[in-house]
Amino acid sequence: MAGEMTEILDSTAIQRALTRIAHEILERNKGVDNLVLIGIRTGGDYLAAELQQKIAEIEGVKVPLGTVDITMYRDDLGHRSNLEVGQTDIRFPLNDRCVVLVDDVLFTGRTIRAAMDALVDLGRPRTIQLAVLIDRGHRELPIRPDYVGRNLPTSRSEQIEVQFNAQRGPIGVNLFK
Amino acid sequence: MNFAHRHVLGIKQFNAEELNFILDTAKSFKEINTRKIKKVPTLRGRTIVNLFFEASTRTRTSFEIAGKRLSADTVNISASSSSVVKGETLEDTARNIEAMHPDIIVMRHSASGACHYLAERLDCSVINAGDGTHEHPSQALLDAVTMIQHKGQLAGLNVAIIGDITHSRVVRSNIDLLHKLGASVRIAGPKTMLPPGLERLGCKVFSRVAEALEGADVVMMLRIQLERQGKTLIPSLREYSRYFGLNEKNLALAKPDAIIMHPGPMNRGVEISSAVADGAQNVILDQVENGVAVRMALLYLAAGGEKQNHDADEGDIHEQLAD
Repeated sequence: MAGEMTEILDSTAIQRALTRIAHEILERNKGVDNLVLIGIRTGGDYLAAELQQKIAEIEGVKVPLGTVDITMYRDDLGHRSNLEVGQTDIRFPLNDRCVVLVDDVLFTGRTIRAAMDALVDLGRPRTIQLAVLIDRGHRELPIRPDYVGRNLPTSRSEQIEVQFNAQRGPIGVNLFK
Repeated sequence: MNFAHRHVLGIKQFNAEELNFILDTAKSFKEINTRKIKKVPTLRGRTIVNLFFEASTRTRTSFEIAGKRLSADTVNISASSSSVVKGETLEDTARNIEAMHPDIIVMRHSASGACHYLAERLDCSVINAGDGTHEHPSQALLDAVTMIQHKGQLAGLNVAIIGDITHSRVVRSNIDLLHKLGASVRIAGPKTMLPPGLERLGCKVFSRVAEALEGADVVMMLRIQLERQGKTLIPSLREYSRYFGLNEKNLALAKPDAIIMHPGPMNRGVEISSAVADGAQNVILDQVENGVAVRMALLYLAAGGEKQNHDADEGDIHEQLAD
């Protein structure tokens, strides 16, 4: 990635944001009953695992965790060079569950649209909520997050990258101009 | 990686990295086949024509189901119900179909190279579902997925392939794929069914089945094509069965955990005994199951690799046509 880099969040700030989101999820859903976390590959799945850990620290319960790959649900086949398809891994029924969908950066909303299509193919959740670490604006679809780590006004040409270490822990959020 | 192929004409066109990429993609699509709702919208609005000039149940159904599970519209044309019986040439048939703007044509034809011929002349993607005695790439890929499923990886495996090698497109695709991914191939069959030059492809060739089976990890039996050459190249089916058939006795020569494969349809009691075909080591139905995932991957990659590959060899053909 070329250009000037600005650090938006360091690892401590990310942890604080995730802790707050974990509390908000529990407050909104009144505990962990029926709650499941689904992370969007790749990035969102690592953050979902962090949230699972934080919820376990607060409530003492490990809520079910799944990952969804949205490649098969994208609307731009034939217009991109990367054709890699990852695996969706959700080993529990979604019917009547309260699903919290987790992604790292919310931008146009097209990824979330695709992820919701993927989820409803697997079952009929009671609710789907959306948690994101960064909301950078520029929505192209009527999608709004329920839990946000940081609202970050950006221009379209800028790029946001969430960095993870080898253990899949988030270590920083950077903005490239 | 950048997958730059519009057509799937044979294993020959892919390198090891691309083959692994196809196998990984198939693995991801496999999960869909275990869902309650077995459908994803990936190829919504695309049209796939299954153009089968030769009889086929497994492959055609597999491609059709694969297309449908990706939400494509699939149309089947078989030779007996097409204008081929009225004397139309392959090129005219294909051009007429192309005028209806399909995105992918999946073709099986009795002539080797028929798919290459079409790929050079048509605008849509062409997938080879078996051309004469040349290649059957989707079969080799589904065989590879099945071997990996049971053995972890292809590198280092000893694969024994037994039967009519000369007339088998399955073998040609398999030898190429297995060698590119690090397995070794042993071949056995009647002399009349062994083409010259197998050693040059890197295979070990045996005239006795027992030698090929010794210590094998995978045993792949081929069908004797009773409706074709099969009958004239061997004295009798009984003799073939005795010397080249797989039974419980000679299977004991292979590794105890060896898997048994067959591309189907099986001639029970000829190349494979019923006891072995139904035995614990057979993975024949796993092959069929994996076939759907492999074909989903091929359709997806052919459709997706469509617009950015003018530097690939098929792209060159494409440009020549435009001139």
